[in-house]
Amino acid sequence: MAKTTYYVPIGPIHPALKEPIRVEAEVEGEKIVKVDVKRGFAHRGIEYMGMKRNAIQTLYLSERICGICSISHPYAFVIGSEKALGIEAPPRAQYIRSIIAELERIHSHILWLGVIAHEIGFDSLLFWTWKGREKVLDILEAITGNRINYSMYMIGGVRRDLKESHIRALKDMITYYWEFTEHMKEVFLSDPVYEARTRGVARVPKDVALKLNLVGPVARAAGLRMDIRQDIPYDAYADIDVKAVVPQDIVGEARGDAYDVTMVRIYEIEQSLDIIEYCIDNLPEGRILTIPNYIALLNKIKKTEGEGIGAHEAPRGEVIHYFRYDGTRDGPAVWKVIAPSYNNINSWAYCLLGAEVADIPVVVGYIDPCMCCNDRIAVVKDSTGKMLDYSYIHKKAIEKTRMLEKELGVRR
Amino acid sequence: MTPETIFYAVGMPLIGVFLGLVYKGIDRRVSARMTSRIGPPIRQPFWDVGKLLLKETVVPANAVKWIFNAMPLLALASSMTLLLYIPFGIIKAPLEGYGDLVVILYLLTLQALAMAIGGFASGSPFSSVGAQREMVLMMSYEMPFAIVITGFALIYKSFSLSTIASTPVWTIVGPLGGLGVFLLLIVFLWVTPAELAKLPFDIAEAETEIAEGMLAEYSGRNLALFYLSDAVRGFAMIAIEVVLFIPFTLSYLFGLNLSGPMLYIAEGLWFLFKVLLFYVSAVTLVRTSFARFRIEQASKLFWVYVNIIALLGLLLIWVEVM
Repeated sequence: MAKTTYYVPIGPIHPALKEPIRVEAEVEGEKIVKVDVKRGFAHRGIEYMGMKRNAIQTLYLSERICGICSISHPYAFVIGSEKALGIEAPPRAQYIRSIIAELERIHSHILWLGVIAHEIGFDSLLFWTWKGREKVLDILEAITGNRINYSMYMIGGVRRDLKESHIRALKDMITYYWEFTEHMKEVFLSDPVYEARTRGVARVPKDVALKLNLVGPVARAAGLRMDIRQDIPYDAYADIDVKAVVPQDIVGEARGDAYDVTMVRIYEIEQSLDIIEYCIDNLPEGRILTIPNYIALLNKIKKTEGEGIGAHEAPRGEVIHYFRYDGTRDGPAVWKVIAPSYNNINSWAYCLLGAEVADIPVVVGYIDPCMCCNDRIAVVKDSTGKMLDYSYIHKKAIEKTRMLEKELGVRR
Repeated sequence: MTPETIFYAVGMPLIGVFLGLVYKGIDRRVSARMTSRIGPPIRQPFWDVGKLLLKETVVPANAVKWIFNAMPLLALASSMTLLLYIPFGIIKAPLEGYGDLVVILYLLTLQALAMAIGGFASGSPFSSVGAQREMVLMMSYEMPFAIVITGFALIYKSFSLSTIASTPVWTIVGPLGGLGVFLLLIVFLWVTPAELAKLPFDIAEAETEIAEGMLAEYSGRNLALFYLSDAVRGFAMIAIEVVLFIPFTLSYLFGLNLSGPMLYIAEGLWFLFKVLLFYVSAVTLVRTSFARFRIEQASKLFWVYVNIIALLGLLLIWVEVM
């Protein structure tokens, strides 16, 4: 009997994906024999917009790059900006920043645990984990005023102070989550069905992880000890001596599959709880902003010439922002964002070859993909293969508008 | 054409659809409460069917049109016919004497087969993968199911469901045979979610993997017919389970002396209560506490473990009967 292959297109819109990306797979029965990943469906031109605005507006814009790890981009932004300006945030602000970042790591990891449970068809677990996530979201709302986009960071500090009542609530939350992670370890790590669905799926060995340039929990699950908080310490992490969470330290060996990624993420929640505890116990007194007047800050940016790189370990991996201020305007002349999902999506093609159709959602889900962080540039070509630049597209758009006006008889 | 025939032809499908949808609604509600949600109202499945019947029925361009449209009807017809073989409480089955457990097995298979053929005919890669999975799954669970039926035939020396329903199975077997029947009950509980395409064996309709699989291209009236056949099949399968394993009547259990219409009403309600009990324990509980298996894991489970349990039960019964 001749073997027939099916062409299975997954995406740009598919129930397993919450964001647009396309995976084209050739399937032979249940096995995938050929795979191609295409991205570029969510290009929004944020970097270009940021170069047209002033630095504070761009800071709020950077918060909108990603919906879930919304603090990671502003964090890298403020660190890079402070390096470019040559100022430093007060110690209290640095500690508050680290607390917020760790709170967000907790919420992002619990969200991912729910998503991966949904992908393997375990919806009860999704509801249960997300119910537990509400506690940390309430705390974040109490401190910053918002559940998702916190608008908390500012170049040279933070915008809101921690109060005594917040610290009490944080301590309650820490005890709650110690209990919750114990439950999660039981439910995820010792559940035979979960292990059967994730053990050996999406397996990336150590050398391949290095070759594919993976970052974050995915790389740590493969056994690479890499963590920005450990390698390039900043803010409160410099006082704490954070160690990267790797499976070797927990169970003795790293296999780099989806099960190990789950393990790394659950233990990272515990690490975050430790960091928050240290921060609230050793919270320094003092100001929370270096330059409280925003006009003065913008004027300083206007006069500054220099560049800076800010890096932060987001829940998904390292986020890097590069800046250059050229001393002519109050915003960045060059702004370059590197997001973790861009590196991690490289692993899909490797993992999907030879996998089964049933493993596609696990492979897609295990890196916690964020398509909005991905698309940096869109190359447009016309039918002759000529590259179209900005001015040409702009001209065409104006022509089309004029044509429409003529047709409808409208004059603006 | 006696009035009875007309009643069975018209009334039974209506009753079956009503009961199937009510049980589906209860199932959704209980599942939601178990996962700390509020859940839909019980009448939600009726609204779903009503909405689907109002929608446009789209036939894909590269589908085999007549097969694509015929299969939902076949699925619904087979599950409706299934109802006519089941004794409802103490009311005899309408088609008693025209068929038995083997026919029921075939009708259940036919319904799943209709879905698979519809999936193949719709010409979408997702449907094809889903239909392949459905066929593999059918090959896996039919064997334990057939062994269960063979075990009952050994005890009663008959395949007729009415004979089986007339005397409870637990009263005529000894201790060894009782253990065997208990093992068969466990096997039947494993087979039920696979037969009804519910978690953890909804592999053929995995939403996150292949976008509802065989039903990916179905819409409107066709999807409504599949939905109805699924609901009726759920009720019928659990009803068979109740008839086989807990056929105790209310009068038998509590020593009541009812007569006339009261007897029928009480026994009917008692039967529905038993079905509800089984439905919640065999479908809802399992559905909310398991993740979806991969197809090769499910096949291995049925072919190796469930089959071993089933054969062990059959052996015990055989020893008892010999």
